[in-house]
Amino acid sequence: MKELSKINNPYSEGKVIDACSIFGAMDTSGKRFAGDGVIKAIANMHFRGNGLGGGFAIYGLYPEYREHYAFHIMYLSKEAKLEVESFLEQRFRVEVSEEVPTRHTPAIVNPPLVWRYFINVDAQKYDFKSDDDYVVDRVMEINTGIKDSFVFSSGKNMGVFKGVGYPEELAEYFCIEQYEGYLWTAHGRFPTNTPGWWGGAHPFNILDWTVIHNGEISSYGTNRRYLEGFGYHCTMQTDTEVVAYAIDLLIRRHNLPIEIAARILAPPFWDDIERRPVREQKLLRALRQVYGSLLLNGPFTVVIAHQGEMIGLTDRIRLRPLTVGTKGSMLYLSSEESAIRLVCPDLERAWIPMGGEPIVGSLERPLVPREVAIAGEPHPDVN
Amino acid sequence: MKTYLPPKFIVERDPERCIECEVCINQCTFDTHYYDAEDDEVRSREGTCVGCHRCVLFCPTHALNVRTIPLDYRDNYNWRPEFIEDIIKQAETGGVLLTGMGNDKGYRIYWDHLVLNASQVTNPSIDPLREPMELTTYIGRKPDKIEVDADSSNLKTDFAPQVRIEVPVMFTAMSYGAVSLNVHESLARAATEAGTLWNTGEGGLHPKLYQYGKNTIVQVASGRFGVHPEYLDAASIVEIKIGQGAKPGIGGHLPGEKVSADVSKTRMIPQGTDALSPAPQHDIYSIEDLAQLVHALKEATNYTKPIAVKIAAVHNSAAIASGMVRAGADMIVLDGLRGSTGAAPKIIRDNVGIPIEMALASVDTRLRQEGIRNQASVVIAGGIRNSGDVAKAIALGADAVYIGTAALVALGCCLCQQCHTGKCAWGICTTDLSLTKRINPDIGARRLANLLRGWSLELKEILGGMGINALESLRGNRLHLRGIGLTDTELEILGVQMAGS
Repeated sequence: MKELSKINNPYSEGKVIDACSIFGAMDTSGKRFAGDGVIKAIANMHFRGNGLGGGFAIYGLYPEYREHYAFHIMYLSKEAKLEVESFLEQRFRVEVSEEVPTRHTPAIVNPPLVWRYFINVDAQKYDFKSDDDYVVDRVMEINTGIKDSFVFSSGKNMGVFKGVGYPEELAEYFCIEQYEGYLWTAHGRFPTNTPGWWGGAHPFNILDWTVIHNGEISSYGTNRRYLEGFGYHCTMQTDTEVVAYAIDLLIRRHNLPIEIAARILAPPFWDDIERRPVREQKLLRALRQVYGSLLLNGPFTVVIAHQGEMIGLTDRIRLRPLTVGTKGSMLYLSSEESAIRLVCPDLERAWIPMGGEPIVGSLERPLVPREVAIAGEPHPDVN
Repeated sequence: MKTYLPPKFIVERDPERCIECEVCINQCTFDTHYYDAEDDEVRSREGTCVGCHRCVLFCPTHALNVRTIPLDYRDNYNWRPEFIEDIIKQAETGGVLLTGMGNDKGYRIYWDHLVLNASQVTNPSIDPLREPMELTTYIGRKPDKIEVDADSSNLKTDFAPQVRIEVPVMFTAMSYGAVSLNVHESLARAATEAGTLWNTGEGGLHPKLYQYGKNTIVQVASGRFGVHPEYLDAASIVEIKIGQGAKPGIGGHLPGEKVSADVSKTRMIPQGTDALSPAPQHDIYSIEDLAQLVHALKEATNYTKPIAVKIAAVHNSAAIASGMVRAGADMIVLDGLRGSTGAAPKIIRDNVGIPIEMALASVDTRLRQEGIRNQASVVIAGGIRNSGDVAKAIALGADAVYIGTAALVALGCCLCQQCHTGKCAWGICTTDLSLTKRINPDIGARRLANLLRGWSLELKEILGGMGINALESLRGNRLHLRGIGLTDTELEILGVQMAGS
């Protein structure tokens, strides 16, 4: 059993502390686009990171393999690759196995090997509830059991590219310019108590969920102990991991819609709840009573994405920045408005959402172009 | 029989200041001060003074001071003065030594070995003077998860009754009889003002106080004193008392001297009779019996109130607590080694039970391991002294704390440990009508509400410093605690890391 926490958190701090730049772009009409704008935007926020982590998540990445789980796996040794591949062969049907294309760049030193696999699951054979549950367990097994290996991503029709370096350097290294997707998230990291480790960079992924995160969650101890009660083990000791597991619990296991999940992670104040209509009061009160331990307290901005949806959320008193921009069917989320304006100078709308107010972009509800932009007024089609 | 017991305190009277007004004589309930008619002088005698400071604080000319008598024994670490004097008392009385208040021995106080965290640089602290800061807590059983109607977004999950408190500090069980009606009224009114709860203890609820029912926890103990349908209906929470931190395994003892006419009516027992609660509840000899009483009370109150179960913190608290939750308790109360009493055998008070910090840590951990922590609120009692202790208790995993001694100190108590005598000079732990009027409920309620307000403000400062703006984010957040001067085993049980790590 390898100890991920020792790798990701070598000084055994209570948890890993970091801060960051985040950027997300989604074409809510589902049209795929190249990542040059995203790379330019995240590079514009260079100073929000310190070169110890960067990465990209792309959705709609592998339309030709849309029914396969796409595994991006990092290896630090040849032995690890052999071991993981034999593990995969035993437990899955591996359709395609190939190296993720990279190019040599001066900025990226000692990169690990990164391979991708398109995989099918025959879950009945393993007597599991669902393919997803089966995949989650196998990913955990690789991440915690097989030395020198780490699964970057494991969702369908999506993939994560990340590592140690500035995000624009990693984009160059991973030849990101060749990919297209309808939803991109990007992250530049500023860890303060961990040396760079490729697995520790964002986006953080499980299945097709990714989280990029800026902030330090002061309620981490409470959140983590609550999630442990549901069998989640926070091996990475990062806030991001807590966010990802909380989302997985609320949405996948407790079947709550994303808007309700956002109300749990960043709930209204008790006083505000008392001022709502009775029906809403009842719901909001119940959410805090039952899920109080999942309130993410302290400064954070997260951009959470999964197939067909991108959600931006800040803590309820907005201690970390988030700016929203829209143009046509495009939705942008960013730490800084300048990064959005750089790649889309003629935004129809740009605004800063209220603390705790989720911004959801969804393929099911594509944005409709608007003519007039009034500063500070939220777009009526984005909630 | 001549007593061999040396006096404990010496009263110093400054003759320059004393105006012989005899206030000290009137205030002292232990006959320490007297008027010597022959010499026309007010004097004090050693031997009866209990160190309650009543005379010192009420002397209009500040002529009095009380000091420990500097009578030294030959040094002997084993035969310390307390043990010698206890033997003398028993040799002269042949009885069980009674005492009041909580364990005063030097067992490690873990609160003093735990320190709290604060935000610096990587996350901002929050200023409670400028930002909202939430202490609101709901007591009661919570469901495992919530179901929402997909179309209407309406809540589909049914909830067990919840009781809202605005500060996670409640007044613990102190029975009418042990304390006076004026004390009860002070507690009830302060709890109402502060938006928290007070607890009747096992002696029933005086009719005058039914109006504060919304902020009242009523107790059902082994003696069943004062328990009837209206009593249960009046309250917000019903608490079954199994045990008490000051005397685990022993029932409540109210000497007949304290059973006045009013106490007798409220308790539904004859005036002047000793009210001795049986050590166990005689309908609870095992955990399934507890489940029956819990559900009987739920039936009796039509499932409208949380049912609490209170135990003394003992060696296997974690397993017992788990059983209590599974038996249907909506709130469990742990009363620790330093929990107080109006009367208990001294040998029990000083030697039985475990520190509340350890009990809390292990119970919270166990309930989480078993996935049932959400099914009951955890409340602790026993020696909470200030808001720092409260914050540490919440971080270890408590939903709220009970205070008893701290509340009585706010009313004037100086911990002289004479509660069992019924002669409390502060008028707190007595039913003597000439003494109980020393507590004015207007002033008492004000002092108690002030205390809660002060602690609330301090808790908000502590939370804000940590960068947290809701109490639930501190609950069970042991990463915000660090230990100092503790062994590895102690740290492991507390689930806390050493300071610096």
